[in-house]
Amino acid sequence: MTGHHTAAGSPFAPHTPEETEAMLSAVGADDEADLFDIPDSVRFDGEFGIEARSERAVRRELRETLGENDDLTEFLGRGHYDHYVPSIVDHLSLRSEFLTSYTQYQPEITQGFLQALFEYQSMLVELTGLEIANCSMYDAATALGEAATLADRVRATSGHRVLVPELLREERRDVLENYVAGTDLVVETVPEDDGNVDLDALADRVDAETVMVYAENPTVRGTIEERLAEIGDLADANDALFVLGTDLVALGLLQRPADVDADVVVGDASLGLPTSYGMGMGLFATREEYVRQVPGRLVGASDDEAGRRAYTLTLQTREQHIRRERATSNICTNQAWVALRTAIHVASLGPSGLVDLAETCVTEARDLAEAVDAIDGVRAPVHDRHHFREFVAHTDQPAPAVAADLEAEGYAVHAVDDHELQFCVTDANAGSTDELVAALTEVAR
Amino acid sequence: MRFDQARWSDDESEGYEPLLSEKDATEATVDDSPLPDDLTRDSVELPELSEPELARHYTRLSEMNYGVESGPYPLGSCTMKYNPKFTEDVAALPDAAVHPDRSEGTVQGSLELLHGLQDYLARIGGMDAVTLQPPAGAAGEFTGILLAQAYHEANGEGSRHEVIVPESAHGTNFASAALGGYDVVSLPGGDDGRVDLDALEAALSEDTAALMLTNPNTLGLFERDIEQIAEMVHDVGGLLYYDGANLNALLGRARPGDMGFDIMHYNVHKTFATPHGGGGPGAGPVGVVSDLEPFLPTPRVRETEDDTYELFEPDETVGKVHGYQGNWLVLVKAYAYIARLGDPGLRDASAKAVLNANYLGEQIDYEVPYGPYHHEFVASAGDQDAADVAKRMLDYGVHPPTTKWPEIVPEALMTEPTEIENRETLDQLAAAFDAVASEDDDALDAAPERTAARRIDQTSAARNLRLSWQSIEE
Repeated sequence: MTGHHTAAGSPFAPHTPEETEAMLSAVGADDEADLFDIPDSVRFDGEFGIEARSERAVRRELRETLGENDDLTEFLGRGHYDHYVPSIVDHLSLRSEFLTSYTQYQPEITQGFLQALFEYQSMLVELTGLEIANCSMYDAATALGEAATLADRVRATSGHRVLVPELLREERRDVLENYVAGTDLVVETVPEDDGNVDLDALADRVDAETVMVYAENPTVRGTIEERLAEIGDLADANDALFVLGTDLVALGLLQRPADVDADVVVGDASLGLPTSYGMGMGLFATREEYVRQVPGRLVGASDDEAGRRAYTLTLQTREQHIRRERATSNICTNQAWVALRTAIHVASLGPSGLVDLAETCVTEARDLAEAVDAIDGVRAPVHDRHHFREFVAHTDQPAPAVAADLEAEGYAVHAVDDHELQFCVTDANAGSTDELVAALTEVAR
Repeated sequence: MRFDQARWSDDESEGYEPLLSEKDATEATVDDSPLPDDLTRDSVELPELSEPELARHYTRLSEMNYGVESGPYPLGSCTMKYNPKFTEDVAALPDAAVHPDRSEGTVQGSLELLHGLQDYLARIGGMDAVTLQPPAGAAGEFTGILLAQAYHEANGEGSRHEVIVPESAHGTNFASAALGGYDVVSLPGGDDGRVDLDALEAALSEDTAALMLTNPNTLGLFERDIEQIAEMVHDVGGLLYYDGANLNALLGRARPGDMGFDIMHYNVHKTFATPHGGGGPGAGPVGVVSDLEPFLPTPRVRETEDDTYELFEPDETVGKVHGYQGNWLVLVKAYAYIARLGDPGLRDASAKAVLNANYLGEQIDYEVPYGPYHHEFVASAGDQDAADVAKRMLDYGVHPPTTKWPEIVPEALMTEPTEIENRETLDQLAAAFDAVASEDDDALDAAPERTAARRIDQTSAARNLRLSWQSIEE
């Protein structure tokens, strides 16, 4: 039994009945209820109807409930990616000094977390080539929303148009729309050209009223943008910010955002956590000139009284607890622990490990596309581009039916539309591609 | 209580534990890539350490960090209470690791859990419907603002452009309302630390979209006039928003829905003891009364007639506030915590949190100017500088209270011991407060002496920005 003293109370409140009595008496109360200064008319005396369970019972219940999830091999991506997370990430990040702390309001006693976040920021600086990275946003979609409000602040006088790719994950677009709802920004789309941004169309649409041009590399279809520098130039020529969406693994191989003149980099970390039904961490990096407009938390190096280097949260005058309605963002609790996990994951890969992993994402996708293309009734990849992790395949049979049949065989894939399926392959599921191809061969004809 | 935090120092002249980049960094070139050169970068330079070296590095960092399991963490308004171990294990169940694009039929377990948590939270808050999508408390506030906006627009009252926020409210309230495009009207507090009804009357108008209220407020005081406040807000057509940051004080004692609140957020990382992780992840589910249910973010989870679960889009949804379903792993932990405690545990948690705050507040020498308070109190450091008091408390092995806020109390020390401390620890805490209260300015100025680092120069950190190891090397 792990009941401690309070069989009929919280198992995590340590008071013995005698202790409770003594403390009540010390504060001059007869009963716990007397401590609540709540008018009778709004007191709650009912029951929630939530039964208390033992630890063992809760664990069994959740194992059973979550066990209702089908055991499928996933070939799903579109912004949320499964990469093998080394055991060292769990073991170190779960040390309770990290896990059970909060924001580092007292830096002298929280140097460890501050340094880990400083190191995370530094890794993002190396990978993006931009000078400033914050230490986490909620996810890629909210980071994109924050990028738009940053663009609104730094380009407030010049216009109100935000241009995004037509092929943008719908949920990201939706979150972006909500972030700009309180501004006069209007989100408009740029057509696609075989999976990438249509540059001619972009040239037609970008103008002096445009404050932000957003592109992704890789795209939601897994294609690699080949003309990022030209997108950046078009944005720059119109005095708009060039915001690039990507992820840490892609940053290990693809063009460095600084080299294509990106002003802001956003995206999902995609390292450090397994697929977690969409829980992840948002990246945010930008140029030094916008440092005072950056949302979220920043860790800086300073010196302590002993003259040694030490770390602290800095530029807090941007933040909600000081500037209130004039803050750069409302963010307070963020994803710091995921940033810690991501940093440990990146550090455990090292530079060559990260480059290898990224290259695997190219070669595995290429190999799988070739194997899928060889199947009767399937053509892949639909887009004549280089791919990273994922690609779209055309099916003669209705794609939703093929996806449903694959599901019955134990494989989860995404149906893009009537005759298109999308497959995502990483180091995590690369060992199952032969079985997938065999199953697809059966169901696609 | 004697306290000395670990301090790892390889080079006495430089700093403490070296940066990863100072230990060993290597450049990997990208010259044999499967892509054309013009699509790739040239190289990547990152730390290159063996697993034992990494294990030692992060273990040393953890030893230079203070968490709830290190000692008392009475950081007001943050509800830093013990995070049960088993909730980590259930969140790590292999079946919890699913992709958000899975079809509904293949993630029935996840949907059932989300549905169950929605139901639990609705009962606890006295609300009609709940969304689990917002990934933090402030994201929940922003969601509430979007809901209020959508509601007023649907009623042809989209011209309401003001949100009223008490001066003592959390800074996120102001920022969330502003993010939604609202003009923020700051509401001065009354002499008793609560909402001043005359000031509220003066602030309310046909421009009012909502009043955002924390109850108990940040002084730990229950807004006794809550029914009248609700009536006043509703009379002008506004909505009443409940900031759930202090819900730990009310579990099983009062429910926002019963008090007249229309929208609320829950900080599951506070009230339901999911770990704060050095600043997150948290989760900020939002509950609403039935009038606002059609506007909730998409997708929602519901049970079908044949006992399965499905996702659906509410008729007039505001859209999305997170790319996927919110901070799923945090939600799993919150479900497990609520299930473990049940009715008696939840009710007892608030009872002991309030008892502990009252007991501690009674013991300390610093003055507590407002009361009666619930789960937290705001003491005044008087002639001492609250920030210095905090630094000195570190030497006693105590994470200090939230300082200098709310500003209504001079040199504020906002203290929330939570239900997890026993009397002995509270007595030690009180002893630490009292020891510091009796010390002179020199002792306070010299603090802290026993933490990993000594007092850190905040001004130089902001003036001479060094935000990466690259900037240190330069």
